[in-house]
Formats: sequence, C-alpha cells, structure tokens
Amino acid sequence: MTMNTNTLPGRADVVVIGAGIVGNSLVHHLADLGWSSIVLLDKGPLPDPGGSTGHASNFIFPVDHSKEIVDLTADSMRQYEKLGVLTTCGGIEIARTEAREEELRRRMSSAVTWDIDAELIGPDRAVELVPFMNRDIIRLAFWTPSVAVVDPLQAGALMREQAAATADLTVSANTEVLGIETIAGHVTKVRTDRGDIETETVVVACGVWSPRIARMAGATIPLTPAVHQMIDVGPIPELAATGVEIAYPIVRDMDTFMYERQSGADLEVGSYAHRPILHDPEDIPSVAAAQLSPTQLPFTAEDFDPQMEDALELFGSILDREDAGVRHAINGLLSLTPDGSPLLGETPEVKGLWSAAAVWIKEGPGVGRMLAECMTHGSAEIDLHGADIARFYPNQRTRAHIRERTSEGFNKTYGIVHPREQWLSSRQQRLSPFYEREGVLGAEFFEVGGWERPHWYESNRPLLEEMAEFGHKFLQDRPHEWDRRWWSPIINAEHLAMRQRVAMIDLSAFAHFEVAGPGVLDYIQRMIVANADRRVGRLIYTPVLAPNGGFRSDLTVVRMADDRYRVITGGSDGARDAAWFSRNVPADGSVTFTDLTSATCTLGLWGPRARDVLASVTDDDVTDDGFGFATARHITVGTVPVLALRVSYVGELGWELHAPFDQGRVLWDIIAEAGAPHGIIPAGIGVYGTTGRMEKGYRLMGAELTSEYTPVDAGLALKKVKEHDFIGKDGYLQAREHEPIAEMCILTVDDHHDSSGMRRYPQGGEPILSVRGERVVDRIGRPSYVTSAGSGPSVGAYLLMAYLPVEQAEEGNRLLVQYMGERYPVTVARAGRTPLFDPDDSRMKG
Amino acid sequence: MLVLIEHNGEVAASSLEALTVARAIADDLGEPVEAVVFTAGTDADPSGPTLGGVSAAEEEALRSRLERLGVSAIHSVAHPELATYSPERWGESLAQLIRRVEPSAVVAAGTDRGNEIMAQAAARADLPLATNCSAVASAPPDDPGATSQNGAGAQHWRLTRVRQGGMLLEDAELAAPVALATIVPGSAEPNDDATHDSSGAARAGQPMAVEVFEPRFDDAFVASRLVERTTRDAGVSLATARVVVSGGRGVGSADGFASLEELAKLTAGAVGCSRVVTNNGWRPHSDQVGQTGTKVNPDLYIACGISGATQHWVGCMGAKAILAINTDADAPMVDRATYAVIGDVADVVPAIVDEIHRRAH
Amino acid sequence: MEVLVCVKRVPASGGTPQLTDDGQRVDTRNLAFTVGPHEECAVEEAIRLVAEHGGAVTVLSVGPAEADEQLRYAISMGADRGVLVETGADELDPQATAAAITGAVRRLEAERAPFDLILFGNESPDAGNYQVGVRVACALGLPIVGGIKGIDIDDGARHARLRRDVPAGVEVYEVSLPAAAAVKEGLNLPRYPSMRGRLRARKAELDELSARLPDAGAGTGAGDIDTVPSEIAIGRGGLRKMRLRQPEEKRTETVVLGRGPEAAPAIVDILEELDMV
Repeated sequence: MTMNTNTLPGRADVVVIGAGIVGNSLVHHLADLGWSSIVLLDKGPLPDPGGSTGHASNFIFPVDHSKEIVDLTADSMRQYEKLGVLTTCGGIEIARTEAREEELRRRMSSAVTWDIDAELIGPDRAVELVPFMNRDIIRLAFWTPSVAVVDPLQAGALMREQAAATADLTVSANTEVLGIETIAGHVTKVRTDRGDIETETVVVACGVWSPRIARMAGATIPLTPAVHQMIDVGPIPELAATGVEIAYPIVRDMDTFMYERQSGADLEVGSYAHRPILHDPEDIPSVAAAQLSPTQLPFTAEDFDPQMEDALELFGSILDREDAGVRHAINGLLSLTPDGSPLLGETPEVKGLWSAAAVWIKEGPGVGRMLAECMTHGSAEIDLHGADIARFYPNQRTRAHIRERTSEGFNKTYGIVHPREQWLSSRQQRLSPFYEREGVLGAEFFEVGGWERPHWYESNRPLLEEMAEFGHKFLQDRPHEWDRRWWSPIINAEHLAMRQRVAMIDLSAFAHFEVAGPGVLDYIQRMIVANADRRVGRLIYTPVLAPNGGFRSDLTVVRMADDRYRVITGGSDGARDAAWFSRNVPADGSVTFTDLTSATCTLGLWGPRARDVLASVTDDDVTDDGFGFATARHITVGTVPVLALRVSYVGELGWELHAPFDQGRVLWDIIAEAGAPHGIIPAGIGVYGTTGRMEKGYRLMGAELTSEYTPVDAGLALKKVKEHDFIGKDGYLQAREHEPIAEMCILTVDDHHDSSGMRRYPQGGEPILSVRGERVVDRIGRPSYVTSAGSGPSVGAYLLMAYLPVEQAEEGNRLLVQYMGERYPVTVARAGRTPLFDPDDSRMKG
Repeated sequence: MLVLIEHNGEVAASSLEALTVARAIADDLGEPVEAVVFTAGTDADPSGPTLGGVSAAEEEALRSRLERLGVSAIHSVAHPELATYSPERWGESLAQLIRRVEPSAVVAAGTDRGNEIMAQAAARADLPLATNCSAVASAPPDDPGATSQNGAGAQHWRLTRVRQGGMLLEDAELAAPVALATIVPGSAEPNDDATHDSSGAARAGQPMAVEVFEPRFDDAFVASRLVERTTRDAGVSLATARVVVSGGRGVGSADGFASLEELAKLTAGAVGCSRVVTNNGWRPHSDQVGQTGTKVNPDLYIACGISGATQHWVGCMGAKAILAINTDADAPMVDRATYAVIGDVADVVPAIVDEIHRRAH
Repeated sequence: MEVLVCVKRVPASGGTPQLTDDGQRVDTRNLAFTVGPHEECAVEEAIRLVAEHGGAVTVLSVGPAEADEQLRYAISMGADRGVLVETGADELDPQATAAAITGAVRRLEAERAPFDLILFGNESPDAGNYQVGVRVACALGLPIVGGIKGIDIDDGARHARLRRDVPAGVEVYEVSLPAAAAVKEGLNLPRYPSMRGRLRARKAELDELSARLPDAGAGTGAGDIDTVPSEIAIGRGGLRKMRLRQPEEKRTETVVLGRGPEAAPAIVDILEELDMV
C-alpha cells in the first residue's frame, strides 16, 4: 500500500489533522507551494473518515452577502470543476413572503456586485425549471444557473493524489491523535496511537472535533457541533426517469428554511428550521461506536416532522404519495461558530497551531488554498479578516457564549439578516463604567466584542426638533422599514449637536496595549508603516500591514517614553490586533506586551466647546499651544488621572480621555456636569462610527480597509517611506511604484426615489454601476461596491464610500448604485483622502 | 442431565458441542449425561441433521458413538405423531420427558431447531430457558433473595449468553428446578472421545441403557403440520460450506455475481452476500450472511466488496480465515481480515478464476 | 382479519455497541432505536395481509414509554393502531415479557375482536432469547412456527401456510387460524413510511396499558398495592441478566497479498494450501 501507510515519519514540516475536504485541500496546496514533508492524519477510515464532509448535501449556491464567503466559494467551485467533480444543476431560491421578495432583490444586488450570473424570475418561470413545485405559493424566485453539486470525497482523494505526486506526503487513516505537545507556547510534537511526529506546524482541520483536538495543545477553537436534519424521500418515478443523480435545479424554500434537491430517484429535504440542537465535541461517538458515522446521529423525528407539512405544500405533487418513503433520515452534525464565519489562521494561544475549522463544503477547497498561502507567505489572496480565528476575545471563546450565539444563529442560516442586526443572546458581558449612566439616558446599546456601546440615546430625542430648525429635517427621513431598522434619526441630531456644541462618546470598547522594553523601538518600527521614532508624547496614526502589503489594521500608537508605547485600536479588531502584536514580540525578551484594555476606559470629548469643557475641570494646559494636535499627555481631571489624546475620528476639536476603569464613572460625572453649561450631549457610536467619520472620509477597518487594497489605494500612503524595515514593506513599496489602480471615493446619492416614489437609502454592499448600467471594475478585476453608507447631516447628503478605478475616480463623475432591485444616481463627491466636511481639518486642529 | 441430540444418522456437529459442554458441567456436578433422541419410526427426515428415524444399522452406530461420547443413557422419544417434525409436538414431548426424568438440566444446540424445541418445552414446562449460551456452570446465587419466584427447589446457574449475534456477551443467572440452556455453535471444541474424564480416569463402564419414552397427545392438541418439504438442489449449503464466496455493494450488480459463482464452484464453496445486496434484490435473502441472515463458519470466507458493517461481521466472524477483496484499504472488513487484496472485485475475482484454470492444466 | 404484530424497541445496530459503566445496558446516547429487521418485516406483512384480506393491524410493544416511537413508526408504515404496554426502563426477562404480551392480548381480545394471526420477530436483535413468541403462543393455545419467510392465508378455510428456510431446503407448515408465527427478514421488503404516513403517525392516539414486576424491595402491606385497572400482573422469570460485556476481539494482523489482479497467484496459493482447489 503506497499511500496508506501505518508507518508515520518521526518528523514532518507540517501535520494536518483531519482528512475532510479542508485537510485534503490544504495538503494539496501546501505541496503546491513547496512544502516537502507533510503528514495527513485522520482517526477515521478513508475515503470517508466520518466527519461532516461525508454526509454533507454537497450543493453550492455561489451568491452570498459576504465578499469573503463569495470569494472563497468561487475559488472552491473553480477547484472542484478542475478536479472534474462538479455538476452544474442550477438553483432557485423561493420567496413565499413580501419580506423575502425584498431579500431576493438584495441578493440580486450582491450577485451583480460579485458578477455572478443570476436572475429574478416569476412563478411561471420557476415551475418551468422545476415542474413539481406548487406555483401558487411562489411570489418571486432567485435563479442562479451556476449552482452546482460536488463530490467532496472524490475531490479529497484527488487532492491527496496530487499532493503525493509533488511532496513527501504520508496519509494515515484510522490514526488517533493522543496529544499535541508544546514548548514555550510553540507546537513541538503530535502524539498518535501509531507513533509520535515532531513538527513545528500543526493544522487542526477536524470539523466538529476541532475544539477537542485544539484543547490538547491548550488552544480554543470556538465552535459547536450542531445538528442539521435531512431526509431522503423516494423513489419518485419522475426523478428516477431522469436516470441521473441530479437533473433539476436545487430549490431553497427560503421562508420555511428548507431545501429540496434531487438525489437520483429521491428528493432530499433538508431543514434549518428546527430548534437548535447542539452537541458537545466530547460527546461525538467514535467511529466504532457510531451507527452510521460519528457525525450522522440518530434522527429526531419530533424536531423535523412538523416541517414536512411545508415540504408537502411546495412539492406535494411528488412528495405526497404513499409509495414515496422516507428512506433515510439523519441528524447530520455541522460546525457552528458564534458569528457564523469560519475559524481560520494561527490560534492566538499557541504558535504553530493553525485552525482550519467551521468550513462548509462550498468553501473547503478555497480555504485550503488560502490557508496554505497564509502558512507560506503570511497572507493570502483573499482577505480572511472576517474568518480570522484570532477575532474572538476571551469572553467570546467560552462554551456559554458559543452555545448561546450558535443557538440564536442557527435559524439565521436561511434567515433574512439585516446588516446592522444585533444579537439578542449573551449580551451585557462587558460593561463600561459609564453603562449605568447611559442606561438612565435611554441608550440604545449595540454590541461589539461583548461590549455594550450606546448607538444613540433616547434622551436626545428632543434634539430632533431643535436640529430641524437648522434645516436638517430631511435627515430624519427613512420611510422604508428596512432602511431604518436598527437605526434612529436621533443619530443625525446627535451629530449636529456635536458639530454645534460638544458631545461625550463612550469609547471604552477600545483595546489598549502597552509594549515596552529595550527592544521596543525596533519592534514597533517593524509592526507599523509610520515612523515610530518620534518624540515622547507624539501620537501616530498608522496602517499595519500584512506581509503582502495589504491592510491588516489601522490604529493609533503613542510614544509614552523612550522605551514604551501605547497601542490603541478599535473594539471590533482588538482581539486580532492583540494576537498580531503579541505574536510578533521578539523571542529574546527585549519587549513585553501588556493588554491594558480591561484597566482602561475611554471617554471621547469632541465639538467646538470641547476645550472650554475640559479647561474647566483641569489645571493642565489644554490650549493649542500647550496641547497640540496629535499629541498625548497625562492630565488630571478632578480626582482622575487621565491620559488625554488630542485626536479625532469625527473631525472636531477634542480629546480621547483614557482613565483608570474604576474612576470612569467619576470622570463621566465631572465631564457631564462641566459640559452642561456648554450644552454637552452624550452621543453614540452612530455618530462616531458612521456619520462623523464618513463626513471626514475616515476609512474603517474591515469595510474600506482590507488586505486586498493597499494603503496607496486607500489614500493612506505616507509621504515618505521610513528607512526601518516593517512587515509588508516590499508590497507597500511596490504599490507606491505602480500607477494607482483604484482610489477610495465618497459618493453622494443624487435622487433617493424608487420607481414607486418612495425614498430609499442603500445600506452598504451595493454594486456601483456606470450610467449605462455596466459593472465598474478596476483593471485588476476588483469590482466597485459600497463599502460604507450613512448620512452626512452636516454636508446635507447621504454618503457612500467605494473604491473606484482611478479612471472613474473623478469628482463630479456620475454613476449608479443598485439597491433592492432599483438603480439610483450617485455622484463622486470626493476622490482620495480629502474630507467632504471641513476639508482642511481646521476644526479639529484649531 | 439431558442433552438433546440432533442427528441424521451422524450426530450433528452442533450437538457434539452441546454434549461437550454438558459433559463438563456434569463432571463438575458428578452427574451422568443422558441423551434425548427422537426416534419416530421409519419416516426418515432428510432435512439435514435432525432427530428423525434412522435405520437399525445407523441406530447402532449412533448408540456406540454416543457411548464413546460419555453418554450413559439414551431416552428414545417415540410416537407416530413425531414422524414428521412439529415444533409443538416435539417441544411437548420434551416437556413431558422432563417431568418424568426430572433432570437437573437440559442442554441443546443453539440451532434454529434446537432453540425452537427448547422454547416449546420451556413454555410447556413453565421453566426459564437460556438460549445461545457460550458458557454454563452451576453456582450459588449472588443474591439469594432475588429469585424468590423460582425459589422452591430452584438450582442456580451462572451462564454467559451471546447477544446481538455475538457483538455482546451477557452474564446471567438462571434459577430453576430444571435448567434449560442451548449452546451457541462455535463455543466449544467438540470432544470426540469422552470415555475418560478430565482427570484421565476411565468413566464407570456400565453398558448404556436405552429407554423408550412415549409422549401422550390429547386429541385437541394444537400443532402446526409440516405439509411440504423441498430439498435444496445439489449444492453446498451456506451454513456448512468450507468456503464461502460472499459479495457486497462492491460487486456492483446481480450480474457481478457470475464470477463469484464460478469461484464458489471451483472451490466447492457456497455463495453468500451482504444485506445491501439482498435489499437491492441482487441475491435471494437465503444467501444473506449476517445477524439477520445466516451465520457461517467456513474455513475460508472470501469477502468481495463488503465493507464489513457490524451486522454482517457477526455473521462471518466464525470463519477460520477471511480474505477481503476491497478497493478501500481502510474498510473495516480489510482491517479485520486475515488476508486482503486491495482492488476491484470485477478485476480480482476473474483473475483468481483464471489462475485456478491455468494451474489445473 | 385481525392481525397483531409484537415489536420491541431496540437500539439500532451499526457500530460496535458501547456499554454503560454499570454494564447493565447498551449506551444509547448516540444510537437510534428501531424494531429490528425481522419485526419490520412482520409489520409489513401484516399491512399487506390486511390490505388483501381486510381487517386491521394492531401493533403492540412491551417496554419503556419511549417505545411509542416504534409504534408510531409502524403506524407510519400503515398499521392501524398501537398499544403500548409500559413496563419501565429495565429490560424484562423473556418469561415476564411473554406474560405481559399474553395479558395484553387477552385484554385486547376481550375488549375488541380476537386476533386471527399474531406475528413476532424470530428473535429480538438485542437480547435474542428466541422464545417470547413461543411462550405467548403456548399460553394462548396457538400453533407457532419460527423462522417464517412466507405467509399465505386461506381466509375461507381459516388456514395459513407458513414457509421457512432450513439448512437443507424449505419447509411449509399449515396451521389453523388463529395462529402465531415468528418471522424472519426476507419475508418481504418492508416499505419506508411516506411523509404523509409520518405526519399521520405523529397524531395517532396510542392505547396504553402497563405491566409491572412486583418490586423486590417494596413492602407488601395490603395498603401499598394500588390496583390500577390497566395494569397487567406479571411475575419475574428465572433468567436474570447480571451484566453485559464486550467479547474479546481477536485482532489479526492483516496480510496484504497485493493490489488488483496481480494478487491472484498469491490467493490461489492459499486456496491450494487449504486444499480447496
């Protein structure tokens, strides 16, 4: 036996645990990228080791709202096709309700953005494609001709073969991992029941078992096995007559959260509508103990059977007969994560231990390729930011959080999820010292990383009338429920009040790290693009790049002392940044990394009256001469020692006030009281994150800033390139040398009226089209789409941000944006970094 | 102690095993072993090893054989109504014999027929029955109070039963005035000569007694009637074949069995199959090997394209050797086999047939 | 004709059965439950017989409350009604099981019509006692033959012909109705329940009876005994399960003779060695 050997090598460059679609793809691509000694283990037999790959329904719908998932899926489909294991059958998503019709229109926008052939069709056309459906319950359908079924087991076998052809690959089935050893937080050895393997790189690609395996090394892979129920009904003569595995398009009955697909003579009916049924990774049966396979658990009819009525309603003509039997029924296990995204990348806890978990069949091959790139080059062609396993804070890696969020998230699989939709479970986990005060003020809390952050304050409702007097009434206007869901016009009123007077904003979700030691200058220089060798007290806003020169994050660095820096980053990226900064600390001990997040609260104070307010409560000099822009100093506010940073994300004069967490409430009360005479208001993240920042054209990590765009594209390239080497420098230099390809732009919506006369407001993600309706794509194939959308109350316009090809990035250029099936005229208002509001930053720097 | 002997002139192998087990228990208890033989008359029963009538010469051979096996007496059960097999009448006969003889135990082979007769006898004598035992021993109870129901005159036995076709064992206690047990085939190496006990001493050499026992049936006795019996055409029976060539999903179709048939013919073996095959209608259910089909004990079991699910495994695990032919090197059947060939049944089996032909010339 | 089918809730087989720590039962946390292949055939046969000869199929199970799942499965296949004799979580010995069934049959026959045919599985897939059907038939005075793979009803003559495979061939028995039979897989190919059937079964009302063993430890004061009208009196039999265990599996090192047709000579060598060709 050549490929299946029980003799494990004593050493390997990499050990991949799990021979499902992800593990197989990964070894294939690692071999492609030149890795030489590779071991692939699975505790089950081959070709089907008994994980989720073996029982998945294996169909692929390419359209999704997430760019990352779309790209991974498209890459995977190309790989499956190349391997000859992809059968195109087409797919139809059915709307039974009006809300779903809207969702299908939104889906159509995503299809246009990502250039996937798709069409909205009526019931007649739908039943032409799948004649067994009940036409009467179909209102609208979304037809994607490229929907396909694949054979992931065959794909895996071929990928192993290809890997074996170019690398020294050892595939060992029926091999159980007994332990993963580490020394000083780094992987050193995998112990198995067939011998030990020394290695510095281990990939956990074990699907639902991943948490169990990662724990052996002391790492957390935050997923839970959960049940997805499927039944097989047949034989159905109409399907048998086709003589093939699949002849009809796959149908997703979106409103009932179910799908129906032909499988030979049978119709497979699957559901995401039943109650969430979670399992513990520890309780998954062994291969020997399992009845079918470890991930095909006994069917629980009481959960599924009620939904059969829905299937009978749509497919009654072939399902509702006595001779078509339920021939097979399983509770199939799949992996759910707290936010629904995969878990990819090096684990934050253990160096050399990588996670390739919570991946669906539709993403498997692409994930393998991207992860192989990351493991080889440090970054990948597709930005995996949203899937980075390091994105979770400790509270989000707990069993309780995982179970609550996945329970809530399961029924969103086919649900209609608003882009701003908030989770209802596992809330109030991280509370700032201002929380109680905010509650009294009627704060509407949104969550990030477990933090509760006020998005707006009901106490500010009276501002709506007050601000209306200034001619801003149109900014309250969002007549469509979808457009105003998880939103309030109060945000706009808070914005205007801040610009007129002064606002206090809770920014306690910021992550704060201190890096210090004799080697810190070298270290920080290597981590960031900007020159860190500045005088003490200097505040530096800088991109942080991935090794390929793409964006990893943007953040603020303050030189606190010659050998000490403070790094401040946003709440949504704090965990990733903490992992990145701590992972890169030199091994020689010359730099220490300390996370100060839980010790520090932050209150933003901004607006024309900010200095008046602050001056009234501190003896320290806060004049422009004494406390210039882009500097940081310790000051005393009442009894509170404060690290004040003269900086602004909303374009106003003011400070971030960083205080000891335990004195936060005192600080809040002092500022609120001192601000009262100046008309201070509390303002929410709606202002800070959207309206204020967009008027200033500030880029947001994960929206405008991704690893697929360079600082040059984003307009964030610095004038000079520092001497010192830094991560991503080569790519950065290359990007600077090239002619610019795309430019970040601000667009304004010229006319909000749809064909029925209702005013609509795009929410982000929509495709940008030329006035002739053609997609706008830059010369390296990147499509233009709305990266952020929001009101600009002070500029009197609704703003969209988007990368445009340089030839389109001209102020005054007219374009279209497609939203919910209709197109709206837009105009490029700004190309590049100059903000629409206060273009010379005089308010902020004054 | 009584042992029910199935015979067809020759004592059935399964009864030999039962006898061997009974012999050992009886030695422990210092009791004699007596055989129960149905000798109904002259209506010879051709359906395999049974207790039907035999010729005088055969009966003499049987007697001397049983004598050599350490049997001290034969209870010859005779009645005209027993000429053909009837579960109810044979069971009733045995129940009546038990009442007459009052043995400490009755042991039979755990064959279909052995279990059927013993179940009938147990029901009619209102006694518990432990079927498919792999070990039986007399022993005091663990918990004397627990078996109050059968307390009066009850003897206590410890035994091990085979469950789920052999995937599990059950340790059990039997408390009864007369212990009824059947012995699962394959649980003991049959002892051919029991003229000496385990210490090597010759057993008391009294001549073997033959006692005829005539059961009584009243006119209203309810019984099924064997009205038709067809004998399988010449061919090797699955249960007794030395070689079984068995096919599973990997054979691919009903036609795919042609080469398996040929190999079976060349090796004087029988063709078997897995449950998937009968469910697909490729072979009749009578060919099915497994928990719900036939359990086989050949010298060689050739598993062609059979993955080796538990339900199948328990049907063939009694084989002395297993050859697995499978494309999947990690299939459970390959893992458990003595020999394995990794390859497609459609290529490998015809090649074996060719090779046999080649060597024959 | 009225047909009764007796079914037992058993863990579905598949992998190696795992045991609970006390060895008292199979660990069923990850196992589905079923009636086993023999009994599935019995249900199927009953449905077909009733379809041909008229009447109704009653399915009876003695076991835990959860056995309603198996009764509903039979109903989803097409059985008309289900009767659950609830005996609690512990497995009964075969005598007690037979007594519970016998008691239930007598009660059902007294309340409704007598059964013409009572079908059992040849043996349960788990305990495999090979005797419950025989005991019930004897108690009810019915003829019974085991291992049945063919049933023909001569309704007019009130006869049934029962066919079974034996090692040497085929035997056919004739019984007068009412009768019983213990059937084997191969009798027919059982249908899968339709979706409509499953929905019907979910809503079906089951008849519930119960049967309890006398509690060994409980006091026997007259005042303690509740006389529950639906309770069937049964006694403990003489066979008592102590514990289950896994047999030692003899692990053999597999000798790989080769790949594909090239392995043929090595195979024939073995056949010659074993004197088989």
